[in-house]
Amino acid sequence: MCFASPWRALVAGLCAIGLLGSCSSDDTTLTVFAASSLTDALDDIIAEHVAAGGPPIRVSYAGSSTLAAQIIDGAPADVFISANPEQMDAVTTVIDGHGAPVTIAHNSLVIAVERDNPLGITGLADLERPDLLIAIAAPEVPAGDYARRALDAAGVVITPTTFETDVRAVVTRVALGEVDAGIVYASDIAGRDTTDADTAAVTAVPLGHPDAARITAEYPAVALDATNAAAVDFIAFLGGPVATAALTARGFSSP
Amino acid sequence: MTSQRTRRRRTAPRTPVPIVALAVIAVVFFALPLLALVLRVPWSDVGDLFTASAPREALLLSLLTSVIATACALVLGLPLAWVLARTQLPGRHVIRAVCTLTMVLPPVVAGVALLAALGRRGLIGASLNDWFGIRLPFTTPAVIIAQVFVAMPFLVLTVESALHSTDRTVEDAARTLGASPWTVIRRVTLPAVRPAILSGLVLTWARALGEFGATVTFAGNFPGTTRTLPVATYLALESDVDQALLMSVLLMVVSFVVLVSMRDRWTGAIGGRR
Repeated sequence: MCFASPWRALVAGLCAIGLLGSCSSDDTTLTVFAASSLTDALDDIIAEHVAAGGPPIRVSYAGSSTLAAQIIDGAPADVFISANPEQMDAVTTVIDGHGAPVTIAHNSLVIAVERDNPLGITGLADLERPDLLIAIAAPEVPAGDYARRALDAAGVVITPTTFETDVRAVVTRVALGEVDAGIVYASDIAGRDTTDADTAAVTAVPLGHPDAARITAEYPAVALDATNAAAVDFIAFLGGPVATAALTARGFSSP
Repeated sequence: MTSQRTRRRRTAPRTPVPIVALAVIAVVFFALPLLALVLRVPWSDVGDLFTASAPREALLLSLLTSVIATACALVLGLPLAWVLARTQLPGRHVIRAVCTLTMVLPPVVAGVALLAALGRRGLIGASLNDWFGIRLPFTTPAVIIAQVFVAMPFLVLTVESALHSTDRTVEDAARTLGASPWTVIRRVTLPAVRPAILSGLVLTWARALGEFGATVTFAGNFPGTTRTLPVATYLALESDVDQALLMSVLLMVVSFVVLVSMRDRWTGAIGGRR
């Protein structure tokens, strides 16, 4: 008997938690899971889409692998935009009834250096200078994987000082002057608001090697339920001229 | 043994049902996610964890840095707790708030603060770099500094509250009998707050061992020098979830064993006193 009440209380407590968790927004809202590097561009695109009469959209920005894991675990997303094809494959092989993935943008790599490039870095080859402190993203995250491939393509061997857990942290390192250079996405510097303190303190330098410059990140987008008309419409909008213009303005290249 | 006997002689009062119910919810709240984590671990791959050098390297670095950080916290934190508890220093409350703020600060912000102070362009870091060629970020000492920065408040607060609640008349008696202030501290006060010091040390160590945000921000991430187990786990989550799960369970097991074994040791110490 001693235990009956505690257990009843426990069940009641768990039910209360369940009720809180199940409160959801109305059905017309489209939920988009998007790679965090798209934040500024996608906010612009969504504003255009809503202005053109589209449904309200809420976005969850995070690393592509985090988002993919959440979707596979059943997170209620209608659209997934990944920063690399691998995470898109991970999702589309598990989720049934998805639409066809569409590549909406590419993102090239640049070398981030301090404002006005005081150390005169002109390309990847300069990163071999032993006096330089260099940050790149860890090879486990897409930006780090691309950086490694670009370095390999250019035949450049470097010893980074630190492998950052995400690419924005590389920009911050350069902006704070803790490192001399880092390899980041073009959109991390070119397309960001100039009021952003990090961006203002950082200058982009091209990789300076044709093979390395060909390595770009690819952004596929997919409607996770092909029968969801609003999601399919939004994918079409992402591939259209308005979205492409917004992406280009933020430093991405068109597919 | 004496404590057990005394406990048996007393009639155990019935614990009110709402208290038991809420306590059960609390236990489930902690145990359920941890159990779910353990169940999800691919145990067949557990051999890889010990053959692969990366997790072992990260674990060793974590153990080394967290132990040194705990020692630093003891050397600096004990005097600080003393000053806060036993002096009439004006502005003690402000000092206490400043010295425990890192407990509530998001760890990443703590890391940024350390960079602002000790980074290559930092308040002091710039001079360290220019005058002595000392560069702290991206080094193992930076990992330790980050851990001390966020973990030391646990020791300070635990010991300070114990110092407040000790019986000051015993100290007065020792002093009356001719003991020097230093002897009173060593022979009377410190032994009295020993359980609090130990539990403060374990809290500090546990916080340092799990430290992620401040470490990755201030010290960065390089295998062998700054990649601690939490950082390695976070990165593995991006590429190899199974390995991440194995590493997080490794961290859990190490912490669990230490917490349980230490706990048993003090209950003896505390039980004798109460």
